[in-house]
Amino acid sequence: MVRVIVDGTPVEVAAGSSALQACEAAGKEIPRFCYHERLSVAGNCRMCLVEVVRAPKPVASCGFPVSDGMEIRTDTETVRRARRAVMEFLLINHPLDCPICDQGGECDLQDQAYGYGSGISRYHEEKRAVTNKDLGPLVKTVMTRCIQCTRCVRFCTEVAGTPELGGISRGENLEISTYVEKALTSELSGNLIDICPVGALTSKPGAFQARPWEMKKADSIDVTDALGTNTVVQVRGGEVKRIVPRVNDEVNEEWLSDKGRFSVDGLKRRRLDRPWVRVHGKRQAVSWQDAFVAIAKRLEGVPGNRIGAIAGDLCDAESLTALRDLMESLGSANLDCRQDGAAYDLSDRSRYTFASGVTGIDEADALLIIGAAPRHDAPVLNARIRKRYLSLGRGKFPIGVIGPQPSDTTWSYEALGEGPDVLASLYDGSHPFCEALRTAEKPMIILGHGALVREDSLAIQAAVRHIAETTGVVKDGWNGLNILHTAASRVAALDLGFVPGQGGRSMRGMLSSGVDVLWLLGADEFPVGGISPETFVIYQGSHGDAAAARADVILPGAAWTEKDGTYVNTEGRVQQAFRAVFPPGEAREDWRIIRAFSEVIDHRLPFDTAEELRARMARINPVFVGGAPASVSQPPFAGSETIMTDRPFRLSRQSYYLTNPVSRASETMAECARVYSVPAAIAAE
Amino acid sequence: MSVSDHVQPESFAFDAQSEPEIAKALARYPEERKASAVMPLLYIAQDQMGRQTGSAWIPTAAMDEIARRLEIAPVRVYEVASFYFMYNRSPIGKYHLQVCTTTSCWLRGSDDVVAACRRATGISHFGETSEDGLFTMTEVECLGACSNAPILQVDNDFYEDLDGPRTEALIEALRRGERPEPGPTVDRLCSAPEGGRRVLLDEDTGQSQGQG
Repeated sequence: MVRVIVDGTPVEVAAGSSALQACEAAGKEIPRFCYHERLSVAGNCRMCLVEVVRAPKPVASCGFPVSDGMEIRTDTETVRRARRAVMEFLLINHPLDCPICDQGGECDLQDQAYGYGSGISRYHEEKRAVTNKDLGPLVKTVMTRCIQCTRCVRFCTEVAGTPELGGISRGENLEISTYVEKALTSELSGNLIDICPVGALTSKPGAFQARPWEMKKADSIDVTDALGTNTVVQVRGGEVKRIVPRVNDEVNEEWLSDKGRFSVDGLKRRRLDRPWVRVHGKRQAVSWQDAFVAIAKRLEGVPGNRIGAIAGDLCDAESLTALRDLMESLGSANLDCRQDGAAYDLSDRSRYTFASGVTGIDEADALLIIGAAPRHDAPVLNARIRKRYLSLGRGKFPIGVIGPQPSDTTWSYEALGEGPDVLASLYDGSHPFCEALRTAEKPMIILGHGALVREDSLAIQAAVRHIAETTGVVKDGWNGLNILHTAASRVAALDLGFVPGQGGRSMRGMLSSGVDVLWLLGADEFPVGGISPETFVIYQGSHGDAAAARADVILPGAAWTEKDGTYVNTEGRVQQAFRAVFPPGEAREDWRIIRAFSEVIDHRLPFDTAEELRARMARINPVFVGGAPASVSQPPFAGSETIMTDRPFRLSRQSYYLTNPVSRASETMAECARVYSVPAAIAAE
Repeated sequence: MSVSDHVQPESFAFDAQSEPEIAKALARYPEERKASAVMPLLYIAQDQMGRQTGSAWIPTAAMDEIARRLEIAPVRVYEVASFYFMYNRSPIGKYHLQVCTTTSCWLRGSDDVVAACRRATGISHFGETSEDGLFTMTEVECLGACSNAPILQVDNDFYEDLDGPRTEALIEALRRGERPEPGPTVDRLCSAPEGGRRVLLDEDTGQSQGQG
């Protein structure tokens, strides 16, 4: 630790800190544009000038290392004058278009100009103008506003791992550009909008929609992947205008994936806003009561084992609990949350979650990825892998990939093979990569859905567990055997035991006349066409997607922004999202729909309020109130005796941008899918 | 500035003459720092284009090829190539007339050199290429040969101590396909005084003064 005096206040900061960090530790706010705590230091805006005693001139605090006994002055006339001068330079070429700029109200330059800007301009020469760039369907550019802080260049290069932006030309002519016009290929490009301190990079889909100060805000959780990114949903006039990330260093730092950010317009389109019942093959709009009665009538006389329920990827734990209890009361054990047909080892919670925690990546020093594409499964988690990859330096973070070999990773890796046959040589320890895992202090395995969605997935999991145990991936004080989920609802559903009970049918078993009545809770990602024509289908959800088209009764539910909900991310972290808007039309919160229906069939569920429901959740599994995980009802799996096949791991061929009903309803996501379409060679496979 | 309208070749490959030069450039840097070779490689690409097409410029495809060889992102090459005006990112004439107009040359009559270039080539502005495609005239900052001002750099050669008529004569010679000897165009050796040495004429004194 180093002792530094900031404006007369002594503070202790770690050696190697910058003067700016010391000032922050002392509670002094230092204006800055180019400095960003999660990016490398550039030191080119010069706004963070401070005075250091005995230094001949003001220094840029962001890049000035502290030394013991250093005395920093942040509030002297010299400092103020220097910052005013810097601001004057920055404003020379910055247009005065704040009234029509989308950054207005949350613009660093605007804010700091209040403190250091001059009311008049001394510059009478010609101003520079820069042509706008087309960076794709998500990021809008107004390049004349750019102050060349290079945050976006550094973000692309360091965090996103897609170095496509650069500073082209020099001096007066310097421009931020891709040079060869192209759309940014990152799944994190929306974060450029957040880190841009001015209005040069703004949201293209959200252009001219709302002002930041008009928005009502609600804390939420991103459900478009299983990372559980913390978000803020911003609303104006009852409409979700945008979703931005919330800082949570243990989950998403301060990033948000493009799907989570830009699916917003999907919340308004293709919505189910009233109940429908199919009568003689034609759907009719009906009242809630009529819809419930129609279901109740169909349920009459149907034995419990002929009723089933499948839960979708975006469900909150509350609605899962309600549906689970409803099915239980109807005497059905046919429950499944695994639309993709994945199989998990449910004997221990650590076996179906990202056991090391997301922050475990920051400590890992070897990584084996099996059947996963982190960049598409969870882009923000992938950014953390890249961060670790960069911080360890060249060749210090061996990464092996088994499964499809992606060409667009943001880290370099060793291709170990395409299928489970590689596992055999890892199993007996003869594979060279075993050495990398064994010599690592905290080796990690990420097991993705490419390996879980197979008939032999339990055998694969057993083999991987053996590999993990023999190579030190699982040992005392470290569990690096991680499952990377892709569905936001999955871990909560597994925690709640939303899996086939004793004698119950799985998702596949419920298709092709396995059940007579099938209740789909936002489930659209399974082969809907496989449902037998005789099966009576109830679709409860927010969007008119594949399953709603097949449904006999449609119960309009709420999207995640329209209800208070509990979500459990891939590492098993229980997080709470809050309602930002009300559901449209007659749509209702999902658990309330199920609760109301239970009364119609005289199976009244024992909870009337969200609190009572959460108490019920906690009784099923104490993890929901921060307790130790309960072992959920162990489903009778065929066990690990199934034999591994040599069939290569396959990943979903779905476009990253179209993985759930909300993003499929979004025009922005459709445009992204079109622009970033999978190359024909891969699509044809 | 982005890629302008001119036709970019689809592909670019280094030829047999460039390859040894690339190997030489790469040998100067450690393997993990080979990105440092980006500037020599850009020159090699530019020279090769000059050899092959008569116009020494660097197409985007060449920059992509350099990025591939150095295992860096293409945009890092674009950044470097666009930073230095010595790299031509659009086609130029066969002869690149680079007139220094910085203080020393300007005081010594670079305006006459510019005017002579204009007259002899028909170019009206800096950055323009003559109609016959032979000459491109650009204005450059100090070339570091102030003692021989004014200077006109043709491709990689310095022609020094110019004035209007000698510039025109030089351009006419180039037009004929000749390459006059680079260096001073007046009677002097390098930057020694015109007409020969004026001081230190006594050999002994010269030696005893050493390298001074």
